[in-house]
Amino acid sequence: MEISIASGKGGTGKTTIATNLAVAIAKMGKKVSYLDCDVEEPNGSIFLKPKITEKFDVTVLIPRVIHDKCNLCGECSAACEYNAIAVLGKTVEVFDSLCHSCGGCLDVCPEDAIEEIPRTIGTISHGDGMGVKFYEGRLNVGEAISPPITKELRKLVNKSNVTIIDAPPGTSCPVIEAINGTNFVILVTEPTPFGLNDLKLAVGMMREIDLPFGVVINRSDIGDNRTDEYCHDEKIDILMKIPFDRKIAEAYSQGDMMLDVDSKYEKSLYELYQNIANRALS
Amino acid sequence: MMELVVISGKGGTGKTSMVGSLASLSRDKVLVDCDVDAADLHLILQNKVQKTTEFIGGKQASIDEDKCTNCGICQDYCRFDAIKNESQSDNEYKERYWIDKHACDGCGVCVRHCPEDAIDFKEVVSGEWYISDTPYGPLAHARLGIAQANSGKLVSELRQQAKQLADQRGLDLILIDGPPGIGCPVIASITGVGYVLIVTEPSMSALHDMERLLKLTVHFRIPTGICINKYDINLALTARIEDFAKEQNVKILGRIPFDPTVTKAQMAGTSIIEHNDNGASNSIKKLWSNLNAEFKEKG
Repeated sequence: MEISIASGKGGTGKTTIATNLAVAIAKMGKKVSYLDCDVEEPNGSIFLKPKITEKFDVTVLIPRVIHDKCNLCGECSAACEYNAIAVLGKTVEVFDSLCHSCGGCLDVCPEDAIEEIPRTIGTISHGDGMGVKFYEGRLNVGEAISPPITKELRKLVNKSNVTIIDAPPGTSCPVIEAINGTNFVILVTEPTPFGLNDLKLAVGMMREIDLPFGVVINRSDIGDNRTDEYCHDEKIDILMKIPFDRKIAEAYSQGDMMLDVDSKYEKSLYELYQNIANRALS
Repeated sequence: MMELVVISGKGGTGKTSMVGSLASLSRDKVLVDCDVDAADLHLILQNKVQKTTEFIGGKQASIDEDKCTNCGICQDYCRFDAIKNESQSDNEYKERYWIDKHACDGCGVCVRHCPEDAIDFKEVVSGEWYISDTPYGPLAHARLGIAQANSGKLVSELRQQAKQLADQRGLDLILIDGPPGIGCPVIASITGVGYVLIVTEPSMSALHDMERLLKLTVHFRIPTGICINKYDINLALTARIEDFAKEQNVKILGRIPFDPTVTKAQMAGTSIIEHNDNGASNSIKKLWSNLNAEFKEKG
């Protein structure tokens, strides 16, 4: 079973929930994988402190023009929807960071003057931490396009494990790549105007991609009850509320687990998992 | 004209509250919300939308089932695994090919390979952008369609609109609320700006994310300063951020104390500056004057 943790707004507690949930489930004797799919800013390793056993590059294919064969006809440039290849004077220029690796230019070149070469855009690492199988995708700084890393990362999932996916913030393509096809999505929010506005956007995303989901309200006592009312009106289940606890905030700031703050969180997170597992199976 | 963008790497460090406050402190500017898939700035600026425009992000392929002969060639060529096939009903086997619009990247490769000319390839509306009036000046903001790509393109459109507005109205500052992360929309938000303000907080996660972000602004050679929000919740980590900034030769332009009224201001739909003039508010005023000194020096 795959459970993904998402949110419209950043900083609501996705990684806190994802890492602690993974460890809470593992402590109950289940095999658990944690996937850090927030590949632009992966933070899961700060908390799970995994021993990394394997690390490899993620590459995408980009075109390289064989200038001896190229007659500057411009077909490649006309076919490219991303403006990533252009005839400039007496040469053809490829703009690597704009390329989406669709292979279109290669396809249309009448002179067979384009080949593809791999280009590294990030890394995937794998290891063990706190009884959890840990996987992390990491986009190289300066790269724009993250979904190919998430795609590779999700291929590594052992289907027989419970898999917890830590998604990036927002509602656009990197999030979809992380959560699409998972059995259940936990939307983490906080009861503030920004939290609620972004929760509504995230709920719109869930309905668009049609996945079962529920809401966890973090720091549930810092704002007002507009989030509760919204969930009630929209018939969205609130799975868990976590009141503000200065000790959690301090533990988080140092990279420590919420589970170590108070043993009650282990129980409530495992119940959260059981609740979701029952829904996903029914 | 100065373009200032506020970014953080990590989400939830206080970018939008910061931009709301700077909006209140500065004169003669255009505001921009470049966090196009979770835009919140308008919620504290009492905006009135003046103009709404559809955003065409790119094209999308769709299969005309009447023309499709189920040859499957399109699927062989699609590198985004966007072309799906399935048998449609339980008792009668009927194969069917369709395009998962969330997976389609709009490259057009399938369109060219279809022997039956059965794939449409049309521009799609993938969001809206708005020009609003606010008591603090005009605001350019947007709403990327749910589950859409091309956020970078929408960010560029917003910045273009903001520049035109600034020119027309003779405003010399563009104040930009940036998205979290370091990828496509962030790169589109910071490319060519005059100054980047990173809002961070004293946590291991925020420190890690700020280090990556700083590499990015160095990579693009953009003058950058740092503000530490809620600096007093972990003084040891604040000291680590300051040491790191020193090593990197980046100035700390502000330290904002933890202040529960920051959330109260948001609940009231206003900026911190309007809400009161205590701790956080005073520190942001100092930050603003430090930023102005930086603009003069770098600008």
